[in-house]
Amino acid sequence: MAPKTPAQRTAPRGATAARTTFRQRFDSWREHHKEVALESLRRLLATPLPTAMTILVIAIALSLPAGLYVMLKNAESISEDWDGSAQISLFLNFNTQEQQGRKLAAELARRDDVKRTEYISREQALAEFEAQSGFGDLLEELGENPLPAVVVVYPAVTDLTAAESLRTDLDQLGEVDLAQLDAQWVQRLYAILDLGRRLVVALSMGLALAVLLVIINTIRLAIESRRDEIVIVKLVGGTDAFVRRPFMYTGLWFGLGGCLVALLLIQTVLWWLDEPVQTLSALYRSQFELSGLGLRVSFLMLLGSVVIGLVGARLAVSQHIRAIEPG
Amino acid sequence: MIHFHQVSKRYDNGKEALLNINFELDQGELTFLTGHSGAGKSTLLKLIMLIERPSGGRMVVCNQDVAKVGRSAIPYYRRQIGMVFQNHQLLFDRSVYDNVALPLIIAGYRPRETGRRVRAALDKVGLLDKEALNPIALSGGEQQRVGIARAVVNKPQVLIADEPTGNLDPELSAEIMDLFDQFSQVGVTVLIATHDLGLIARYDHRLLSLDQGRLISDGFDRPDHLQPHLHERGF
Repeated sequence: MAPKTPAQRTAPRGATAARTTFRQRFDSWREHHKEVALESLRRLLATPLPTAMTILVIAIALSLPAGLYVMLKNAESISEDWDGSAQISLFLNFNTQEQQGRKLAAELARRDDVKRTEYISREQALAEFEAQSGFGDLLEELGENPLPAVVVVYPAVTDLTAAESLRTDLDQLGEVDLAQLDAQWVQRLYAILDLGRRLVVALSMGLALAVLLVIINTIRLAIESRRDEIVIVKLVGGTDAFVRRPFMYTGLWFGLGGCLVALLLIQTVLWWLDEPVQTLSALYRSQFELSGLGLRVSFLMLLGSVVIGLVGARLAVSQHIRAIEPG
Repeated sequence: MIHFHQVSKRYDNGKEALLNINFELDQGELTFLTGHSGAGKSTLLKLIMLIERPSGGRMVVCNQDVAKVGRSAIPYYRRQIGMVFQNHQLLFDRSVYDNVALPLIIAGYRPRETGRRVRAALDKVGLLDKEALNPIALSGGEQQRVGIARAVVNKPQVLIADEPTGNLDPELSAEIMDLFDQFSQVGVTVLIATHDLGLIARYDHRLLSLDQGRLISDGFDRPDHLQPHLHERGF
C-alpha cells in the first residue's frame, strides 16, 4: 500500500479534531455543572440547621395550599358519589294507610320526571333508625312509633332546579305532609367547594410569593457571604453566568428540597388521617377512600417549586452580583 | 502588548488620577511601575484590568482596543491577563490546588488538562508538595507564590503584579522576582507595581515612575533619590 499523502492523513483527522473539541467542551461544561450542583448541595449540607429551617419554611408554605387542595379533591369525590342520587323524601300523613302509600309510590314512579320510587313503611323506618342511631331503647320508651311512612322519590332530572320544582309539585299532594329535597346540601357543598377552589388559588399565589421571597433572601445572604470569592472570580475572568451558577443551583435545591418535604408532610398527614376516615366512611356505609395528591399534581408541584427556586435565585443574583465588582 | 496613548483617568469626584500617560510595553518585557501612594499606580493597573475605564486616550492591550471591549466581553479579556495581588486574594475555603485551578475551571478546561496545568504551575513556583493544603497554612511568601501560580496557570500574555513583594523580606522578594524574570523570558509581558525602592534598585529593569498622575520618567536610569539604594547592588 502506498504511503498516504499529508492531505489524506490530515483531512479526516482535522474533522475529528473539530468534533472532539466540541464534545470536549460540552463534556467539560456538563462536568462543571455537575460539580457546581454538588458543591452547592455540599455547602447547604455544611450548614444543616439554617438549611433545614429554610427548607421547612418552604415546605410548610407549599403544603398549606397543597393540603387544602387534597381536602377539596376528596370532598369533590364525596359529592360526586352522591350527586346522582339527589332524592326527594315525601313524609306521609300519619293517617295515610300503608296500602295507600304503596299505591302513591307506584303512581309516582310512572311519572316521566321520576326515575323510581321507594316506599318505606313506618316499621321499616323505625327499624332503620334503631339500627343506625343506637337510640332504639329510647324509642321503646316512647311506646309509640313517632316516625311517618316515607316515599323516597329519585328524580329522573339531574339538575337541581328541576328537582326543586318537582319537589314543590309533590308537596301539593294530599297524602304528603312534607316534601324535602335532600340535595340542598349538595348545592351548598358546591358553593363551599367553589369557594375552597378559589381559596386554594389565592393561598397558592400568596404562599408561592412567600417562598419566592424566602429564597431571594436566603440567596442574598449566601451571595453576601461569598463576596470575596465573587470578586476574585470576576478578576480571573469569570463570566456573570459562572458567578450566577452556584446560586442558581442553591435555588434549585431549595425548591426541590422544600417541595419534597412538603409532599412528605402531606403524605404523613394523610396516613395519619386514614384510619379515622376509614372508620367514618364505614359508619356511613360508604366506599369512600382518602386519595392523595396524585402523581400528576405532585410532579407539577415539584416543577413549580423548582421554577420558583430558580426564579428567586435569578432575581437575587441579578440584583446583587452586578453590584459586587472588583475595585 | 500594552500600549497607552494619551490616557487619562478622572474619577467621578473630579480627582485627576492619571494625566496623558504614554508608554508601550513589548512582548516579554519586564517593567517596574513606581510612585508614591496616590501617584496613580493602582489606577493604572485598574485600567489595564478593566476594573476602571479611562476617561480619555487610547489603550491597546493584547492587540485589543480596550474601548471596544464591552461589559460582557470583560471576562474573556481578563483571561489573557494574569494578576498578582499584594494581599494574595486567595480563597481560604479550598485547597491550594483548587485556588490555582480556578482560572482554568472558569475557562472551561477538562479536569485532566486542569490537573496537568495546575501541577505544572505549582511545580514552577516550588509548591507541588503543598497542593492539598489550605493556603491559610502557608507562609506569606508561599501564599504569594500560590497567587503567582494562579496568575500564570492560564498562560496569560500579560502578567500584572501589584506590590508582589510588599510584605516579604529581601530574600523572599528575590525568589518572587526570579519567577517574574523566568516568565518574561518565555514571552510574558510583566508589569510590577511597587514602591519597594530597594527592589527597584537591585534590578536594572525598565522603570516607569508616576507622580501625581503624570509619567515623570520612563527608562533604565534610576532617579537620584534611588541612588542610596544602588549601594545594595554593589555600585
